[in-house]
Amino acid sequence: MERVPILKIGQTLFVSIQIDLQDDTVLRLQEDLADELAATTARGVIIDITAVEIVDSFIGRMLSMIGSISRLFDAETVIVGMRPAVAITLTELGLPLSGVRTALNAEKGLEILNGKS
Amino acid sequence: MDELPIHSGDDVVRVRQRVRTVAAQNGLSLVDQTKLVTAASELARNTLVHGGGGVARIESVKSANGRAGVKLHFSDEGPGIADIDLALTDRWTTGTGLGLGLSGSRRLVDEFELNSKPGAGTSVMVVKWSR
Repeated sequence: MERVPILKIGQTLFVSIQIDLQDDTVLRLQEDLADELAATTARGVIIDITAVEIVDSFIGRMLSMIGSISRLFDAETVIVGMRPAVAITLTELGLPLSGVRTALNAEKGLEILNGKS
Repeated sequence: MDELPIHSGDDVVRVRQRVRTVAAQNGLSLVDQTKLVTAASELARNTLVHGGGGVARIESVKSANGRAGVKLHFSDEGPGIADIDLALTDRWTTGTGLGLGLSGSRRLVDEFELNSKPGAGTSVMVVKWSR
């Protein structure tokens, strides 16, 4: 199973998903992010899904849960770079993606997080 | 026609990749490819998690009026589904998910057929046509 790396830059944790996600990889990412949030003073998480070709109900639920978990560590999660086809499909699937903010790209995501602190 | 086993998370990823390739070959738009691959991901996961593993068949098809399409068939020999109407209801769940896997994937495709009996496994056939 592959692992998704987490980069800490200042008060923000950056995650860029560059692989074809399987369920175990997403679960692992959730745990790694919780550990990282507990160990650092990060106030925000940016998850870049520019390279992600599909978000199905499982991956979507995991992204929502990452948002809920990070809130327990006083951090906000922003999902950035969603492809138009993914956005259309998620909406038709009926997935609300609650608990997380979304932004067009990483720069806009950072603006959201910086506006908060 | 391709036949791929589904016995691990890696297999689910392979099914998605193969469906993407065949959908592109048959001229499905990027949005339609994404919808079909997402449905395939949901159905392959069901086969793995609820059916205890099984097989995915991926096939290029032609409609009566000559449109190209992709037909997917997922089958397992798991416990089966007792109440199919209930299983196809939005938000109805066995407890681990959101209950959108089956009902959501039905919305993402053009044709959807589910056959199942308790103790006799489950098979799901879906088709997505090019526009």
